[in-house]
Amino acid sequence: MEFLSYLISGISLGSVYAIIALGYTMVYGIAKMLNFAHGDIIMIGGYVSFCAMFYLGLPNIVAVLLAVIVCTVLGVVIERLAYKPLRSAPSLAVLITAIGVSYFLQNSALLIWKAAARVYPPVVEGSMQLFGGKLTVSYVSLLTIAACVVIMIGLTTFVNKSKMGKAMRACSEDKAAAQLMGINVNATISATFAIGSALAAIAGVLLCSFNTSLMPTTGSMPGIKAFTAAVFGGIGSIPGAFLGGLLLGIIEAMAKAYISTNLANSIVFAVLIVVLLVKPAGLLGKSVTEKV
Amino acid sequence: MGQILQVNDLHVYYGSIHAVKGVSFEVNEGEVVTLIGANGAGKSTVLNTVSGLLHPKHGSVVFEGKDLKGVPAHKIVEHGLAQVPEGRHVFLQMTVEDNLEMGAYTQPNSTIEAGIADVYERFPRLKERRKQIAGTLSGGEQQMLAMGRALMSKPKLLMLDEPSMGLAPILVEQIFDIIRELHAAGTTILLVEQNAQAALSVADRAYVLETGRITLSGTGKELMASDAVRKAYLGG
Repeated sequence: MEFLSYLISGISLGSVYAIIALGYTMVYGIAKMLNFAHGDIIMIGGYVSFCAMFYLGLPNIVAVLLAVIVCTVLGVVIERLAYKPLRSAPSLAVLITAIGVSYFLQNSALLIWKAAARVYPPVVEGSMQLFGGKLTVSYVSLLTIAACVVIMIGLTTFVNKSKMGKAMRACSEDKAAAQLMGINVNATISATFAIGSALAAIAGVLLCSFNTSLMPTTGSMPGIKAFTAAVFGGIGSIPGAFLGGLLLGIIEAMAKAYISTNLANSIVFAVLIVVLLVKPAGLLGKSVTEKV
Repeated sequence: MGQILQVNDLHVYYGSIHAVKGVSFEVNEGEVVTLIGANGAGKSTVLNTVSGLLHPKHGSVVFEGKDLKGVPAHKIVEHGLAQVPEGRHVFLQMTVEDNLEMGAYTQPNSTIEAGIADVYERFPRLKERRKQIAGTLSGGEQQMLAMGRALMSKPKLLMLDEPSMGLAPILVEQIFDIIRELHAAGTTILLVEQNAQAALSVADRAYVLETGRITLSGTGKELMASDAVRKAYLGG
């Protein structure tokens, strides 16, 4: 029973990583850049929902929607101002800029909301007793897992079936050819940032609900772990991000439970290194073979 | 038979390299016009400038009387220009049918199905492979897919960049047969080729491009008979 409870906590933690990793992987797949500010969008999502609930007294669901809207706009604006001018610059310049944006967001949050951690009450409270009270599952866990599955199915359908989603795949593969088809590449990249940032906002609310705390650096570590999850699953691959996120969460929960809380992060990253040694493209990463 | 494309005194640079140095030519409705020349003569640069992927420093591209200056590449298709890029550039990870659908990106959804049916009729091979990932097609099939994809936008002018590149002789012949068929069906074609022999045999008119300049022009037959062209491009 103990094992089951660790597993559930691992899956729900992994679901949060997966939602963040989906944003990372979509932006990477289409813009071919690592948006290191992605984790900080999560934190902004947390603060916006927090303020909406406590200072404005809005219902939780409205607060979450507000966080999604603010983060979506923020993501698109960041792309326009910071990344778009660097479209043809070397990737190192874009990477450094993304790190700069990350610090900018963290320090802006520090200025606005101060360094002290806030107590963030879960968006849904309470828990469910199973097996005659032997197993307790919080509603936040259930909500997180459900959100992750819905997002995963929604995104997969969107990318494979819709015209816009297919255009995104076309841009991800070959931007010049996509332009020759009449696809507006800049608009497609903006749309990708919008989707990624909206997912980050949702992840922010769920993450803060889990940790029940919030501070300006809240997004950093989960951001890095989700990035790891995306690489683990095969960066650029949507099912890969999902799988990578879940596995990472489970490994972390199990390491904490059975090995050592202090070593948990080291173990997570050690597993990543081993996976990349064996499968350099990640678990579901594609190595495209081109026939001539 | 009006003029459909007019290129005037085009100058294109890659950084400080002056790749196209004052090229002018025109294409009339219903014609097959070819630009031939050696590797590096600037043929693809001219096509990519017409498509809006590159921007000229001087000169203009006029399509159906409209100057395309400042029109972004993704808007050019809507004007009725489609390019089959050099090296085919089909979307390798997408299915044949999804590739065709991308070709019709600017078309209303209701016409896509009929467009795909037309392409399958012209290229039955693609119909057999409709659910296959484009990366698994042979070179010749990928070229057909790239051409079918471009036709999906119902172009008034189809631009083909080195359609025979890297293909076995029998496939080269097939591709040129398709060009003849398209021509017979009334499609206006601008063809860029290194394979001068094949290109001149299908072309109504031709231009020879050398290091960024047009050095010769005439009908396909005239150039085929010209000593200079025979020496330089037709192996004697």
